[in-house]
Amino acid sequence: MRIIVNGEPREVAALTLEALLSECGYHSAKIATALNSTFVHRHLRSETTLSENDRVEVVSPIEGG
Amino acid sequence: MVDFYGTCIKNPLLLGTARYPSPALLAKAVREAGVEVVTVSLRRESVGSADGNQFWDLIRDLGVKVLPNTAGCFSVGEAVTTAQMAREVFETDWVKLEVVGNRDTLQPDPFGLLEAATILCRDNFQVFPYMTEDLVLAEKLVEVGCRVLMPWGSPIGSGRGLNNEYGLRTLRARFEGIPIVVDAGIGVPSHAARAMELGCDAVLLNTAVARAGDPVAMASAFSDAVRAGRAAYLATPIEMSDMATPSTPVIGKAFLS
Repeated sequence: MRIIVNGEPREVAALTLEALLSECGYHSAKIATALNSTFVHRHLRSETTLSENDRVEVVSPIEGG
Repeated sequence: MVDFYGTCIKNPLLLGTARYPSPALLAKAVREAGVEVVTVSLRRESVGSADGNQFWDLIRDLGVKVLPNTAGCFSVGEAVTTAQMAREVFETDWVKLEVVGNRDTLQPDPFGLLEAATILCRDNFQVFPYMTEDLVLAEKLVEVGCRVLMPWGSPIGSGRGLNNEYGLRTLRARFEGIPIVVDAGIGVPSHAARAMELGCDAVLLNTAVARAGDPVAMASAFSDAVRAGRAAYLATPIEMSDMATPSTPVIGKAFLS
């Protein structure tokens, strides 16, 4: 299935958001996710299913002003 | 002492964490200036990268309160989603809400800001709205639940100081019980002191410290300035006048002409 992860298209086997994070190597606890511009709470990642061409954003802390 | 949504802060200098020459200098500046609140942000995490964790470890070790921002958001949807992600990552209901309206000046979009603030306040966020110094906008933001106002001094990173002292004085007079934090555009400590002399409760800045020749010394200078400005405000400054008023008594002066 083709999923856009942080702007980059990827072919993945994952069917849920949680599986996608694992498949893509995101293991940090300090990340947050959005699916098609909507926030997905960490507790809902395992039950959030993916569809072809979904856009997933994965973010982590950085410096800010 | 300033009260942000029930959290009392002694040092009215809030500091951004971006653009320092090194993480070590950022940490030293925060520590030596006695800063209690720093701003942080979120960006896309690269696969396998530990950058986010390293930065978070640095901030956590400082033992400060974090204020996540929604920097770079040009729409209500972006800002709301970013705030929600920030709440999860940083484990705080605080959010410095930025909805940018102009790419050249990074001026806040007052319409988008109000809409986003309405959504986030309903979702129990504690919103610090980055705003213009518009009185009517401030009234609307307070109506929807904001208990802090964060007017700009001038465009972000410009170092121009306070572009509209009248506007800041008006906000202070209108919102007696609401903390006012001047954010953005501060260049030198006298700008920060001036904001505090006008009755603002705190100042948030980043570039003026981070890009100074000696960020650690500059952070301490700003810390001294905001305390001096606050003390001056509380001591009630004299009114300005156009003509001189002699300070030395004239009664009893020798008649020598």
